[in-house]
Amino acid sequence: MSGHMNAEHSDRPHWLDKPRNVKMLLRLLIGFGALLFIADAFYHKHAHFPVEEFFGFYAIFGFVAFVVIVLVGKKLRKILMRPEDYYYNGFTDD
Amino acid sequence: MIEFNPGLIMVLGGFLVPLVSGQARRALLLVLPIVGLAYTIMLDPGAAAATAFFGYSLEHLRVDKLSLVWGYIFHIAAFLVVLYAIHEDDPLQASMAQVYMGSAVAAVFAGDLITLFVFWEVTAISSVFLIWATGTERSFRTGMRYLIIQVGSGVLLLAGALLILADTGSIAFDHIGIESLGGKLIFISFGIKCAFPLLHNWLQDSYPEATVTGTVILSAFTTKLAVYALARGYAGTEILIYIGATMTAFPVFFAVIENNLRRVLAYSLNNQLGFMVVGIGIGSEMALNGTASHAFAHILYKALLFMSMGAVLFRAGTVNASELGGLYKSMPWTAGFCIIGAMSISAFPLFSGFVTKSMILTAAAEEHRWIIWGVLLMASAGVMEHSGIKIPYFAFFAHDSGRRVKEAPTNMLWAMGITATMCIGIGVYPEPLYAILPYPVDYQAYTMGHVITSLQLLVFAALAFVWLTTSGRYPAETPSINLDTDYFYRRLLPCLIRWLRGGWDEIDRQGRQFLLDIVVAVMHWTQKYHGIDGMMSRNHPAGTMVFWTLAMFLGFLLIYLGS
Repeated sequence: MSGHMNAEHSDRPHWLDKPRNVKMLLRLLIGFGALLFIADAFYHKHAHFPVEEFFGFYAIFGFVAFVVIVLVGKKLRKILMRPEDYYYNGFTDD
Repeated sequence: MIEFNPGLIMVLGGFLVPLVSGQARRALLLVLPIVGLAYTIMLDPGAAAATAFFGYSLEHLRVDKLSLVWGYIFHIAAFLVVLYAIHEDDPLQASMAQVYMGSAVAAVFAGDLITLFVFWEVTAISSVFLIWATGTERSFRTGMRYLIIQVGSGVLLLAGALLILADTGSIAFDHIGIESLGGKLIFISFGIKCAFPLLHNWLQDSYPEATVTGTVILSAFTTKLAVYALARGYAGTEILIYIGATMTAFPVFFAVIENNLRRVLAYSLNNQLGFMVVGIGIGSEMALNGTASHAFAHILYKALLFMSMGAVLFRAGTVNASELGGLYKSMPWTAGFCIIGAMSISAFPLFSGFVTKSMILTAAAEEHRWIIWGVLLMASAGVMEHSGIKIPYFAFFAHDSGRRVKEAPTNMLWAMGITATMCIGIGVYPEPLYAILPYPVDYQAYTMGHVITSLQLLVFAALAFVWLTTSGRYPAETPSINLDTDYFYRRLLPCLIRWLRGGWDEIDRQGRQFLLDIVVAVMHWTQKYHGIDGMMSRNHPAGTMVFWTLAMFLGFLLIYLGS
């Protein structure tokens, strides 16, 4: 664990800088997701609730819940968002 | 062997810290948590010590399986955060940190409510120095708000304890319940420190304003002490299930739109506490095991996440998402450790959250509480959003901010490295953690179904993120703050007071003017007839003093009526 890393070293083009590599990572993620979705056909769920037995329930739930959370959060901004100095207009010290 | 409260090692040792300097101080800081942990390991469940105090027995040491879980993890966390902060040369902050951590341990091993109260207040007073150490006017004000709320929680605890003493003749800290008035007061006292919904905002207000290291230290102790106290006093209290479920859900939305990444983590902390509170409310053996183990795992991964953001603040000078991005190039180790923390909190298989949080969800499902279970599942997707993706993505990846900084200092990297190793260790091999839980564990985290369903939830949540960002639907990170309940006491209340004072000043001014007019008339009359220059009385603005005298009288009246 070296605490010393100079600026030149960190300015080399990185693997993630290439859009091609990012695209490949995303394809891997999608492929992994597809495999997980299909996996539901190959094992027995110990379901506590009937809804869990729905094919791909957790996958669908995860996707939908995530989208709903982000979009509701976005709407909340309209009500809650204020400028950074909202509580501090009048003095600055940092 | 004379048995004493292990927390005293760090509390008393903490006061010695300013007396030494340099290497000696660093050694002392690191040794105190180790000695405390070694002593705690030697204590057997059932050990106790008490002192007579005004005819009551103060049980200043009570060791059982529940308190030991917190005793172990508080010491482990203390060592890690001290290591993280060891490069700093601030004797006051280091000393107060030890006192704070020690008093949290001491409170956990308190067997009666008065001992609990004493250490409850010591945690409040010592910890505010971690916020004030930032040294700005802004942190001073934040610290004052924090202190008022924390000390207020202690006052409620004392009031409740005295009421319970009057009712039952006992100050023992066992199951309390919310039936009595005293029980209700203590419930609110614990609820403030545990950041219940609407009582929560001191957490998000204060933690991001503390120092780089102070926030890491704060994140581990105060709220988890409250979780312990709730588990001890209110296990099986139905309302906690609903309070906890609300706590898991609402911070998720605030975390999405918050720009300060340490504040995002504070909302995330609040959300994790919710899972633990639900477990306490359910109160079954599996649920309480879930709460205890989740607290243990959570302290580590949450500290790890705060450490990584602290390192970013230390090197880049900001933790605002809108100003960061691309830091993985210059801080690769920190980025890696942050990702381990993110995967642990998101409960990926092989990481710590996976083997602990699921116990609470399973306990909820076994009681057929499908709404609660659904809320917890949704909150789990929310955790993936703000802590699993947002924190590492916007700090280390996303749009390259062009910042080129140094990697975190070596001691910070070691602290993060050890913590990260423990997060993975618990996830891969949970048995040692399960072995120290309050009840025998009859739970298997690694079943085919659990692994696949967890991965489905998390991977599809990640796919949702990909879709939202690539389609431009994901909200941009903007320099901003968001209103929360602190609006009421930071904006509305001062405005109200100003308005009331304005109203009173007007009445006061007119009344004085009336009297003054009479005096002036009399003096004119006197002058007119005697020809002597009269004095004019000056008009003193009486607002401030009158207001505070009135407030004091009102306070006395309330106390008098209430007693």
